[in-house]
Amino acid sequence: MNWRSLLKHPGLVIGLSATALFALLALLSLVWTPYPIADISIARRFATPGPEHWLGTDQLGRDMLSLIMSGTLTSFTVGAMAVLIGAGIGVPLGLAAAIYDGPVEWVVLRFSDLAFAFPAVVIAILIATLVGPGASNAVIAIGIFNVPVFAQVARGGALAISTLDFVAAARLAGLSKPMIALRHLLPNIASLIIVQGTIQLSLGILAEAGLSYIGLGTQPPATSLGLMLRDAQSLFLIHPWLSLAPGLAIVVIVIALNIAGDGLRDALDPRLRNRGLANVAG
Amino acid sequence: MTLYILRRIFGFLVTLLIAAAVIFFLLDLLPGDPARFILGINATPEAVAALRLQMGLDDPAIVRFGNWLFGMLRGDFGLSQTQKLPVAGLIADRMAVTLPLTIFAMVISVVIGLPLGILAARHRGKIIDTGLMILAQTGVAIPNFWFGMLLTLLFAVTLRWLPPGGFTPWNEDAWASLRGLVLPSLALALPQAAILARVMRTALVDVSSQDFIRTARAKGMTFGEALWRHGVRNALLPVLTILGLQFAFLVAGTIIVENVFYLPGLGKLIYTAIMERDLVLVRSATIILVLVVSFTMLVVDLAYGFVDPRIRERRA
Amino acid sequence: MSLVEIEKLTISFGGKAAVSDLSLSINKGDRFGVVGESGSGKSLTALAVTGLLPENAEVSGAIRFDGAHLPQDEKAMARLRGQRIGMVFQEPMTALNPLLRVGDQIEEALKLTGHEGDTAVAGLLTEVGLEAQHTDRFPHQLSGGQRQRVMIAMALASAPDLMIADEPTSALDVITQRVVLDLIREICDRRQMTLIFISHDMRAVATLCDRIAVLRGGKLIETGPVKEVLSRPADAYTQKLVAATRMAPRQGEPHVAEKTLLEVVHLTRAFPQGGFWRWRQKPLLAVNDVSLRVSAGECLALVGPSGCGKTTLARMIVGLDSATTGQMRFEGTAYRGSDLPPARRADLSLVFQDPFGSFNPRLSITQSLGEPLRLIPDLDPLAREERLMEAIDSVGLDRAMLARFPHEFSGGQRQRLAIARALVTRPSLVVLDEPVSALDVSVRGDVLDLLVKLQNQLGLTYIIISHDLDMVAAMADRVLVMEAGKIVEEGKPDALFAAPQHRLTKALMEARLPDIAA
Repeated sequence: MNWRSLLKHPGLVIGLSATALFALLALLSLVWTPYPIADISIARRFATPGPEHWLGTDQLGRDMLSLIMSGTLTSFTVGAMAVLIGAGIGVPLGLAAAIYDGPVEWVVLRFSDLAFAFPAVVIAILIATLVGPGASNAVIAIGIFNVPVFAQVARGGALAISTLDFVAAARLAGLSKPMIALRHLLPNIASLIIVQGTIQLSLGILAEAGLSYIGLGTQPPATSLGLMLRDAQSLFLIHPWLSLAPGLAIVVIVIALNIAGDGLRDALDPRLRNRGLANVAG
Repeated sequence: MTLYILRRIFGFLVTLLIAAAVIFFLLDLLPGDPARFILGINATPEAVAALRLQMGLDDPAIVRFGNWLFGMLRGDFGLSQTQKLPVAGLIADRMAVTLPLTIFAMVISVVIGLPLGILAARHRGKIIDTGLMILAQTGVAIPNFWFGMLLTLLFAVTLRWLPPGGFTPWNEDAWASLRGLVLPSLALALPQAAILARVMRTALVDVSSQDFIRTARAKGMTFGEALWRHGVRNALLPVLTILGLQFAFLVAGTIIVENVFYLPGLGKLIYTAIMERDLVLVRSATIILVLVVSFTMLVVDLAYGFVDPRIRERRA
Repeated sequence: MSLVEIEKLTISFGGKAAVSDLSLSINKGDRFGVVGESGSGKSLTALAVTGLLPENAEVSGAIRFDGAHLPQDEKAMARLRGQRIGMVFQEPMTALNPLLRVGDQIEEALKLTGHEGDTAVAGLLTEVGLEAQHTDRFPHQLSGGQRQRVMIAMALASAPDLMIADEPTSALDVITQRVVLDLIREICDRRQMTLIFISHDMRAVATLCDRIAVLRGGKLIETGPVKEVLSRPADAYTQKLVAATRMAPRQGEPHVAEKTLLEVVHLTRAFPQGGFWRWRQKPLLAVNDVSLRVSAGECLALVGPSGCGKTTLARMIVGLDSATTGQMRFEGTAYRGSDLPPARRADLSLVFQDPFGSFNPRLSITQSLGEPLRLIPDLDPLAREERLMEAIDSVGLDRAMLARFPHEFSGGQRQRLAIARALVTRPSLVVLDEPVSALDVSVRGDVLDLLVKLQNQLGLTYIIISHDLDMVAAMADRVLVMEAGKIVEEGKPDALFAAPQHRLTKALMEARLPDIAA
């Protein structure tokens, strides 16, 4: 796979560029935003988009563009950490279930059943009750939700690969089961996991928005796209723009990620074309 | 087949039991004394001790867990710590909003999503397919609660066809209750319909390249006929799994969407309970949610067995 | 009068021609064989005749059926297929809808052509040798042979003028293969039906057909009556294919048994029959109390139908699976299978059947070939390098190929690489699991020659697992016939095949397709 062949997939290029653009804007907010996001000024509240405030200001007079940049960072961070948690725990679990049959597989499958019974919102409720709401709450809730998804993808892929003769050849060569998993199974399911990762990242961003919107996620003074929608909730009938802007940002980011994911799937592994999306409903 | 059903039901019960244990012992970790919480800071130690005894708080955790489980089996979910009302009644009241909402949303998403998915697969590669999939791609990316806001702006504020929020209890004016649920169900259903359409299309396209479709065409069917007669039923298998997950997602989604429309559903109840640290209520509400979700998974598994003769007989 | 006329047919995908400028004429009543190796375009040609080509195929040229051009309209074409053409495909496993009873699937074919009636399904089932009770079965409840019979019944539903059979037997085992071929022939005779039979197997075509076309790389090489083409092939490629069907008997001195290398003693492998009440069910005995000895330098063949336990036995011998009871002794080391100590594993190796699945696509050939070398402790990098060179030289491939990746090689080259990997630890015993059956006919001979050469050079001992009696006769010193987990007959190939004693051996011999008359 080289860069030239990547270019044959326009979806991938468009999706990745758009995602990268948003990610850069988000990262930029770490060092610079047009206005400080804590900069409250009642005098200039509800400003319409114009040369001074490109996206207008909110009910506290904060610059919307700055808020969206910073909120995008939170959304990406939460989504990405949740993917890392999900893949970091789920992939080893799935591989273990695939290579050790018997009790290990049974335990992983039951655990996966159990985890599927807890939608992210329910986990978030439990954690919020235990330690109070916060962005890390959302990370853990979405992360736990991601675990069985990655476990299933890894197990399914590994099982399909492990029937192939080269795995038997590796056993003949005296490789231990973990070695086989590392050397033969993992590299061959990597593309599956990457593709699932982009799907879960976009789902994570949506979930973070939902959790922050009901007050179980990011808390002020930090901001996230979902929290902006929560703040705009009571005003959106009068000032629809306050909810339109962050909402559109979410939609565009998620579309970009999904397009990138679809493109990645086609580019990395044409055989996966007809799969994927299987876990999108979470 | 009986065997298959029994095994699934057994698995469902085990999952539920472990889930209940997880919820109970997690919340049990919380510091603080519910008895003192109920009585307030000024209560005498004797009064607190008496209430603790009455609530069974001094028993070992495992005994309290058992009591809670058996209570639930009898329909007794305990007393809300803050509202001093039976939790079962509180939850049942809220479920009268949440459950119909979930079911409406499910029905709408199936009625819209599946036919569009089939249509796209039937004309794959054509303009109608591309158009539908762009639409679906957008639908998948829209947060349902935000979509709810947009719907309110359009249908409630601008066109004034439907109420912007609030809920009339069923026994007062069922028609008004129904009207109150239209926008929330749409908000929940459309992003789900987009997912369903995509899954249905993918599954059908996948099936359409299989040998038995070619066999059907060899028998004298056109591609469309073969797809309809032999493809759709086979494609429904993966779609069923998604439907199960979606129902779970919808139940969770109502909690969020209720907020937009100021509906007195389960979400509102839980949120208040968290803020007021009403553990009995949180515990019971979460186990109910988990119950609904696992029950859906069970139904999906059973439906699988019903549709696919291979699964009915599968060993292991 | 010709029933199917193909004129200058060209089928291409994305500008690359898969079939080019092909003209054929198939007369009414012909049994027409189309022969070719993978990539010859033979299946595409059949699909073109039936209008079932993939949508992205670019087609030019003309096809006439019974004098008329094939209809362009999809519906008309579909009805023409239904009424006048019956088709049987290669994979009976996937060609039937898994969710419908086979009776319903046959009835559907009848309905589409207006031949329905209460007795029609039963009549068709009888004609293809199935019983009435099979109507209520689901496809997964039938064997491969039975499914193929169902496919034939469906193809016959419309009483078609033309039957197209695309490799109808290549997924079946030897005995079933012969039965299905005979069934097709018998039905064609009875119904006076024209047949297009597509196959890679020259002998099957010679048995069944009266006319033949040889394709290669999408081009017609040669066509004519079967007798003429096969007895006096004009083209060098046809000559090669014909020659590949005859295997020269083994050269050299017969093997004299001396020292015992491997001994298998009362070996049994039981698989639990799943299910909820698994403890109540009798386990399936894939290998049932098998004892055998292999002496050093011998070439022993295990033959038998699919599911007879020969592969399970081989897997235990090389240490991929463990025996339930009994044991094996390899040069004095006793083991049950997976417990074979690593030090001994180096002396034993396995060549897999499928050259495409036996290499990890993400590893270079050096990495894959070097993998077994970890069984040999204290091998310095230089010695390692040397072993790799030695192995790749021995299979006649270029050293530069070590740096490449599996997808850059053809099937025959991969099988050579698989042999190189099996030899890299300098083993004494090599188990060959159907070493050539996944390869194109024209390269099989080369790989077998290589195996014989290596055995002589390196003094190897072979255990060959196969269902191909001709290959076994050409390679083996001794043959064991297996059925249902037991060894039922044993002997030297000449004697055994000349006078088979056991029912199964006789059946295998009878199922053997006759040699092509010279």
